[in-house]
Amino acid sequence: MTATQSVLDRVTRVPGVRGALVIAASDGLVVAEQLMDGVDGQAVAALTGRLVGRLVRTAEGAAMRPPAFIHLRGEEGSVLAAMGPDDLVLVAVVGPDANLGLARLEMLDAASRLA
Amino acid sequence: MTDDIRGLTARLADEPGSLAFLELAEALRRRGQLDAAHKVARGGLARYPGLADAHDLMARILSDQGDLAGAFDAWASALQLDPMRTTALKGIAFLYFRAGEKAAAVEHLQRALEVDPDDVSIRQAIARLGPADPEPAGAAPASPEPAVPQAAVASVASPAAAPPQERAASGPFDGVDGGERGLLLVDANGLRLGGRLADGPADPAGDRVAAQLAGVSREAARATRLLGLGTWHAIALESSDGHVVLTPASGETVLVAARDAALPMGRVALLAERAARSARAWLEEQS
Repeated sequence: MTATQSVLDRVTRVPGVRGALVIAASDGLVVAEQLMDGVDGQAVAALTGRLVGRLVRTAEGAAMRPPAFIHLRGEEGSVLAAMGPDDLVLVAVVGPDANLGLARLEMLDAASRLA
Repeated sequence: MTDDIRGLTARLADEPGSLAFLELAEALRRRGQLDAAHKVARGGLARYPGLADAHDLMARILSDQGDLAGAFDAWASALQLDPMRTTALKGIAFLYFRAGEKAAAVEHLQRALEVDPDDVSIRQAIARLGPADPEPAGAAPASPEPAVPQAAVASVASPAAAPPQERAASGPFDGVDGGERGLLLVDANGLRLGGRLADGPADPAGDRVAAQLAGVSREAARATRLLGLGTWHAIALESSDGHVVLTPASGETVLVAARDAALPMGRVALLAERAARSARAWLEEQS
């Protein structure tokens, strides 16, 4: 198992996580993915990459360092994104009952292991 | 020992720094092995003192063990870390009920309902308890010993968890704790309608942030819709310099709440909700 697969495996073990993927933030392309049926990895990557780019610029505008973690919360679930090295972003799609605290901790730790 | 407990025990032994202690202690608690559950949870808490889940778990175990004061303190700690944690609010409500303090129990349930309006069990509990006004003497359940510590009560009743204040008339954030600094109301075109990020007559940082957020509401709505996540509720951004929460205020107008990273994200989210309510009322007055 590669390091990236190991990271995805760890995140998808958190209860309520429907899938996880590693994307390249600048172009919104999928690098690796581990998704349940019905989760469109390419759409997740494109939409998240775009949102991450905007929020990085927003943080810059506020004279803040780039975000380490982003949470887009919807009525029926969330998209979580943890920034990794070299433009990589670890993304998870979670259901409404997911343990967000656990998912966040796992993702922050896992994202730091991306290479 | 059941297979799940055996498996979780093995996993925790392999990875003592992992979060497997949460599942293991909960599984032990559910089986009534409270001493073992307490030991596992205590070890986990020592490693993760900032994890609200761990305090919440410890509170359930202590409550089952009959240590109600200890359970109260643990739930209070969970709430300090995560003010929107409904399980802790419900747990404290339960303890107040056990102590015969019905008004405080209802107040905490109402706060839980504010966080999670769809939780039917909270509504049912409030309906069973009735209104929050004090009960006639003798009608409340017998108060168990020890009584709930007053210091813990004060820590739970923090300003961040208090009900929203009534809004005065003139600005979008009048009446919101802390005033308008660190709050922005941004329209769909990236223009600042109210609030500021910095002190002083001009607020270039606020204007830059507002400009970057032009159309963000539409983009967030599109993303959650396409991903099957329903309507968008909020975007939270964590940086080592601060915590920022965006939430829809009205139409495509977005509320931005920014605070120092020392303030837990859950409290920033709560502040954003209050500020958004205030801004909505203001926008309605303006239209």
